Amino acid sequence: MSSTASKLPPLATLGPFIALILACAFFATQSERFLSAQNFALILQQVMVVAVIAIGQTLVILTAGIDLSCGMVMALGGIVMTKMAADYGFSAPVAIACGMAVTMLFGLVNGLLVTKIKLPPFIVTLGTLNIAFAATQLYSGAQTITDIPAGMTALGNTFQLGQTAIVWGAVLMLVLYLVTWFALRETAPGRHVYAVGNSPEATRLTGIATDKVLLGVYVLAGLFYGIASLLSVARTGAGDPNAGQTENLDAISAVVLGGTSLFGGRGVILGTLVGALIVGVFRNGLTLMGVSSVYQILVTGILVILAVATDQLSRKGVR
Amino acid sequence: MQRTPAFALSALALTGALACGLAQAQASEPVIGLITKTETNPFFVKMKEGATAEAKKLGAKLVSAAGKTDGDNAGQVTAMENLIAAGAKTILITPSDAKAIVPAIKKAQAKGVMVIALDSPTEPMEATDALFATDNYKAGELIGQYAKAAAAGKKPVIATLDLFPGHPVGAQRHNGFLKGFGLQANDAKSNELSRPAEVVCMADSFGDRAKGQTGMENCLQKNPDINIVYTINEPAAAGAYNALKAAGKEKNVLIVSVDGGCAGIADVGKGVIAATSQQYPLRMAAMGVAAGVEYAKTGKKVSGYTDTGVTLIAAKPMAGVDSKDVKTGTDLCWGAK
Repeated sequence: MSSTASKLPPLATLGPFIALILACAFFATQSERFLSAQNFALILQQVMVVAVIAIGQTLVILTAGIDLSCGMVMALGGIVMTKMAADYGFSAPVAIACGMAVTMLFGLVNGLLVTKIKLPPFIVTLGTLNIAFAATQLYSGAQTITDIPAGMTALGNTFQLGQTAIVWGAVLMLVLYLVTWFALRETAPGRHVYAVGNSPEATRLTGIATDKVLLGVYVLAGLFYGIASLLSVARTGAGDPNAGQTENLDAISAVVLGGTSLFGGRGVILGTLVGALIVGVFRNGLTLMGVSSVYQILVTGILVILAVATDQLSRKGVR
Repeated sequence: MQRTPAFALSALALTGALACGLAQAQASEPVIGLITKTETNPFFVKMKEGATAEAKKLGAKLVSAAGKTDGDNAGQVTAMENLIAAGAKTILITPSDAKAIVPAIKKAQAKGVMVIALDSPTEPMEATDALFATDNYKAGELIGQYAKAAAAGKKPVIATLDLFPGHPVGAQRHNGFLKGFGLQANDAKSNELSRPAEVVCMADSFGDRAKGQTGMENCLQKNPDINIVYTINEPAAAGAYNALKAAGKEKNVLIVSVDGGCAGIADVGKGVIAATSQQYPLRMAAMGVAAGVEYAKTGKKVSGYTDTGVTLIAAKPMAGVDSKDVKTGTDLCWGAK
């Protein structure tokens, strides 16, 4: 079981990196401003919200599930934390904790419905997607919430590294990726996530409580969406009821582009970061070139299909 | 499985109750239908408020519906069918897709329903009986004139944070802004965004705060000397301001916008936005409802385009540019009286 990750076909692992490097090389020839430390810091800051949502999404997809509710739960978390602070006067840490509690509660509900009632994750999270969206709109009255305490936007502040201004949230994102990467690779619960995705029945027979693993994954995903809420609030300086609409599918795209198999059990978390960066690089590069954003959507679509096709073909090769 | 009949029964009962409610409404008072682009955009929330209040005043019943997202034409067609079924004799609609909605409007009109477009026109405009809307080109021209005066002869280095490609409102505001600034610009009928040399960066914001911020960040990366920013609406402007503040440039860059929502006017007061063109969704909705009640009573239809007005709101007035102050803007925000 421990060899699952190391036996990954090279193309699925290397593909995303190659795509990212090719995209960077292309944009470097198109705009002299593309290749700079400041621009890369900028791209990191622009993708951090989607990238952190995508950590939770990767965990779920590794168990052969999918979480369609991720973006909307993130938006709800952001509204809850900003409203707690702005309208009810709670301190930033308390308000943030409330927001994260709500996103984790959604994770718990998703997990319970998947494990206890054995509903398909696609359907469960389609339901909670709508519930989270409606709750966001009703709770906020469809109004953007501003005037939030400085403590809540601290992760949006920058520090200087030489000439480059780097936002703290991007650093947190990178740390979260490293921690998750280590946990998935080196710890028993991490290996269990892969095992459940590969073959739940075999895993159960070896004495692992598969339901506990699944439930843990969904709650943990909720935690990551909560952190993403905070990053989103810190980045834009507001609780935005219309957030999360594109992040939903962007996060799934990032996971797939990063080479994680939609069939579960295979994938490397750092690939997801690469997947998110690919999307960010295209948005940034095309703006620098002065090309319409619609091309970015076009390219993302093509790349997602290529990534899934690569996964499918390599899977056949393994068999 | 056992639950299915019970579920079906309660669904049936609910539908029946709803139908009765609607039928009763039809018998006693004229029904006016309102279809907005979404239920969640504050602009449309306000429009619905205005319509509901006016309907209550005139003794009509307002039934509203919306698409799921901006651009959801199928959702609006469904809403249209449902409203006709509910007995609406007048339907007010803010078309999500100017062309695609036309066949559904024709069907409604064939059943004797008067259809009025609010906020944005259909294509062709004559597909609806009447249009009550902001002159978006003029809204753009006003902020262009203001930006020109505020720039005071400085060489303009302009970024535009637009809506998304091909949208008429986005093009009219963008081109109107350039025209008002005295730059080369397409006329009000064009859906193409003009790009004179002074515009160094154009990004699509989708009218969204986060995407407006991303667009501005990328534009600053492309050209750090940007000193004037046109934004499609105030959420995009707030995002742009965030990006400029992070770069330490918020003091030297002039942001202008269009919309005039209460939050946007507050941002003008705070100096986030230099000037914005205020439009009046409450007024559009109230006029639409009044026309609908008139039609129900006398059978007289309205026709043609009615400009619902636009006012330039700025904290600092500029010589030669007619503007109102933040106080007036707050009192009027989106047409509140």
